[in-house]
Amino acid sequence: MRWLAAILAALSIGFTVGTARAETLIAAMSSHQIQITSNYTGSQLTVFGLVERDGRTVARGDPYDIIVTVRGPKRMLLVREKERLGPIWINRTQRRFPDNPVFLHVASNRPIAEMMSNETAQRDRIGLVNAERPSGSWVDLDPGARRFRESLVRIMQGKDLYGYEERGVTFLSNALFSAPVDIPATAPTGSYTVDIVLYSGGVPLARQQTNFEVIKTGIEQRLALGAYDWALLYGLVTVLLALFLGWGASVIFRRD
Amino acid sequence: MQIYLPIAELPISVLMVLGLSGAVGFISGLFGVGGGFLLTPLLIFLDIPPAVAVATVAAQVAGSSMTGVLTYLRRKALDLKLGGVLVSGGILGTVLGVLFFNTMKRLGQLDLVITLSYVTLFSIIGGLMLYDALRAMLRVRAGKPARLKRRGGMHPWWMGLPFRQRFYRSGLYCSVIPIALLAVIIGFIGAVLGVGGGFILVPGLIYFFRIPPAVVVGTSLFQILVTMTGATVLHAVTNQSVDIVLAVLLLLGGVIGAQFGGRAARSLNVESFRLLLALLILSVGLRFAIELFIPPSEPFSVVVPESGR
Repeated sequence: MRWLAAILAALSIGFTVGTARAETLIAAMSSHQIQITSNYTGSQLTVFGLVERDGRTVARGDPYDIIVTVRGPKRMLLVREKERLGPIWINRTQRRFPDNPVFLHVASNRPIAEMMSNETAQRDRIGLVNAERPSGSWVDLDPGARRFRESLVRIMQGKDLYGYEERGVTFLSNALFSAPVDIPATAPTGSYTVDIVLYSGGVPLARQQTNFEVIKTGIEQRLALGAYDWALLYGLVTVLLALFLGWGASVIFRRD
Repeated sequence: MQIYLPIAELPISVLMVLGLSGAVGFISGLFGVGGGFLLTPLLIFLDIPPAVAVATVAAQVAGSSMTGVLTYLRRKALDLKLGGVLVSGGILGTVLGVLFFNTMKRLGQLDLVITLSYVTLFSIIGGLMLYDALRAMLRVRAGKPARLKRRGGMHPWWMGLPFRQRFYRSGLYCSVIPIALLAVIIGFIGAVLGVGGGFILVPGLIYFFRIPPAVVVGTSLFQILVTMTGATVLHAVTNQSVDIVLAVLLLLGGVIGAQFGGRAARSLNVESFRLLLALLILSVGLRFAIELFIPPSEPFSVVVPESGR
């Protein structure tokens, strides 16, 4: 409960300096670093946040809604579609998605469709399909682009790299909320950003960003670094090890 | 028990990898093929990135063929002279294959080329071998000798080309031109498909040059050992995709499996040996054909290009 204490401390500071009329968001991660060791099989983090208001904040008729979007390191992704050519099926069309996160996890306290209109979700890039939509309306004119983006999301969801939890955010009180984030072992190493947006009645009120990183440590880190920095030596060691194991087996199993 | 692979960047079950590599190692020792053509698709199926699978399997194949080479060397069933000709032809073929590989990659048709080559190669080679093995079995059943005895003066024309050499271990007196040509073709195919090529070399040497199967297997393993040792180092230097942890796991299973495979090979008669190898090659070809001809349930696929690493 260390982070809870931290949030409460931040809250008290917030009260003394807060002069804004709208709400502000305060967010904290249960940890800012995930370390990969040889028995690593994935990890879980928790995002904690607080909706901060003071006496001058306007009263809201609608409840607070929170959406947490976790984005992993960005890579260029290729989405290919198989089509029929004569009797065989081959990859014919492909689309590039430059700078697309390889990990994307969206969580909200209730289904996004109940919180806001479709247009707002598209404009504010809320939800799995909208999160990485390029800006500009030309995309909507191209049904092909949307089809490829939806396929990308579907396939990545199958690999547990993309995910949407429509009740992944829990309000612990009127203002304090938490959202667990599962990081599967296949999630890439690198830096992750966490975007938290506060909505009420379909209108965005405040946003906050935090981050964490996934890194290799210990022997995993040394081997990965060795493979890059000492490529030739690494290759020679691997192949000598392979030949040695091969030789060893023939000695151990020798019968004739 | 799970272990995290530092280069492939995912955890994998140790027991599953050991079982898998043990089974492939058994087949490898039995037939004198590297086993890469079975292991690489299996690893890709387990979500290991294709580049890592190809490069790491090269290390595993080098290690398991080392075991085989030593065993056959002791049994004097390895023709080093023939192996030398095969290796030098193979190097030329590999260079040509890498050039072709990069050209097709630039044109964006690499996937199609690889799948089509698997289907056609495996179906043709497997089909021919199956036909031949079945015919020989029928002859045996009819009370005739399995195949015509090799006699002096009854050589196919290609053996009489210039630069004839004596290969004592193989009992062969033959021109080096067709042997080197076969090695060039195998090096080419190996570089394009990321396999050692033993599954083409073994039937090639048996059918075209009538070399005794035992010597063929030993010599083929020798050629694979040399190429795959080079391939591992090249992969490590050029694309850093050799996973040393995965390689050790694959080797532990593979070398042990190969030992038992090598034992089993001795108690297997030549005709069933050919029939089994033919069926194995055909079934791999069939698997790729299914991918090509059956409408896919998920027509889309997502790829992270290598440069993104």
